[in-house]
Amino acid sequence: MSILDHLERTGQRVTQGVATIGLGGALFAESLHWILFGHLKKQPVRFSAVVGQIMEIGIRALPIVTVLSATIGVMLAIQGIHTLRMFSAESKVVIGVALSVVREFSPLITGILVAGRSGSALAARLGTMTINQEVDALTVMAINPVRFLMAPPLLAMVIALPALTFFSDVIALFAAGLYVEMDLGLSLSAYALQTIDFLSVDDLMHGLGKSMIFAVLITLVGVINGASIRGGAEEVGKVTTQAVVQSIAAIVITDMIFAFVMTRV
Amino acid sequence: MNDSESIIDVENLVTHYGTRMILKGVTMSVRRGEIMVIMGGSGSGKSTLLRHLIALEWPTSGSIKLLGNALEELDNDGFHALRKKIGVAFQGGALFSSMTVGENIMLPLAEHTHLDRQTMEIMARMKLEVVDLAGFENLMPSELSGGMLKRAALARAIIMDPQVLFCDEPSAGLDPVVSSALDELILRLRDALGMSLVVVTHELESAFRIADRITVLDKGHILFIGTVDEIKNSSNERIQNLLNRRTEEAELDPVAYLNRLTGDKSV
Repeated sequence: MSILDHLERTGQRVTQGVATIGLGGALFAESLHWILFGHLKKQPVRFSAVVGQIMEIGIRALPIVTVLSATIGVMLAIQGIHTLRMFSAESKVVIGVALSVVREFSPLITGILVAGRSGSALAARLGTMTINQEVDALTVMAINPVRFLMAPPLLAMVIALPALTFFSDVIALFAAGLYVEMDLGLSLSAYALQTIDFLSVDDLMHGLGKSMIFAVLITLVGVINGASIRGGAEEVGKVTTQAVVQSIAAIVITDMIFAFVMTRV
Repeated sequence: MNDSESIIDVENLVTHYGTRMILKGVTMSVRRGEIMVIMGGSGSGKSTLLRHLIALEWPTSGSIKLLGNALEELDNDGFHALRKKIGVAFQGGALFSSMTVGENIMLPLAEHTHLDRQTMEIMARMKLEVVDLAGFENLMPSELSGGMLKRAALARAIIMDPQVLFCDEPSAGLDPVVSSALDELILRLRDALGMSLVVVTHELESAFRIADRITVLDKGHILFIGTVDEIKNSSNERIQNLLNRRTEEAELDPVAYLNRLTGDKSV
């Protein structure tokens, strides 16, 4: 293959990438439009659909979020105590755990979990519907597919993910507290007081704000992958995997950029 | 009602799929109250024509007028209003798998009207009666057979009492008995509900039974538009080939044939 062919292919990929980002922006704007002004046009985003999605994305994820958050909390406490013992500063572990959980680990682990559970489900659902002409059917029935299929999960995700993240904060901090009590003999109430005393609203909002961005990313990546499906049923598996990989990558990279920017302003 | 009043007017429609030209200047019309069958072999562009008629795709050039609205001039609100007046039954049914048959059929009512649930349920059952599926409203689409899916899709397509009904391959993949029952149903819809129908099919027998007029597409061109008798008496060789299921004479160009085999695009 000649250099020109390679150049052409690279160029095509870049254009495609830019087009996809543009599509994501347009879809987000359109969903927002339907959420805010749909009822004025008598085409509202159905409340029941949003509640159904919150149930699926948020409530059903509670057990696994609980398990993973507790594990992460204990893991951070173990590592923190182990590291700080070198400086004989074990008591400072409370600060370390509190900051890492609330600012980094809870949003990240919850985001990744929801991307795997619900981002993939969204891509698979939209992909199957596109192949079965169900999206076309919606369009010809004068039911806007963005309003009907995308706006409810987007709204649900933006509500459920920060809520899940807050829940994960509490569970992880509590589990870490139990370990600290066991290892250092610091009572749970003293641990709780120290944690609450040290954590600021800013720290909490840093984590919850990030999770809101993750929520938008997961939905957009899921929807774009699902809706851009070409071909038959075997493609559904491919777009689903692609959606999970892309949204996790997007979450981790965004997390880094967010942390970089927010620690400088 | 003026019989010759046309509700669909297609003028010189040219469409592309990527860089490949699919429809190469199609002009046709559908009159109010008639059943227009669009026929053609695979690759003739009949499905593409249908997708343009229901405004799922945009042409390269040419114009389509549907119920007096020029599609290229409509804004979002215009499309919204227009789409409530048409019904489409897709080839595979395209019912939503997460809803029951009844909920599927009620969906347009739930989205576009303020009727109470009981009224919508009664209307859905009425349409199910029309398509001979009474009592199936609580089943999921996955529990229906192919023929039942297509009939349920028809019920959903007519729930808003559309002026025009589009059917994509209503009898494809069905056994002869079920397929002829669907033909009867289509005739009944026109006669009882006064709809105009556009039916895309490649089944000759079914086309002859239901059609008032037939449009034959061939490689993106209109080959023929006329009544069933006219098409049967046509002297056009390609139409006779189609009617008698003869394959086309293969082109005899050894050079082109060799070039195709070797993938040589230079000639």
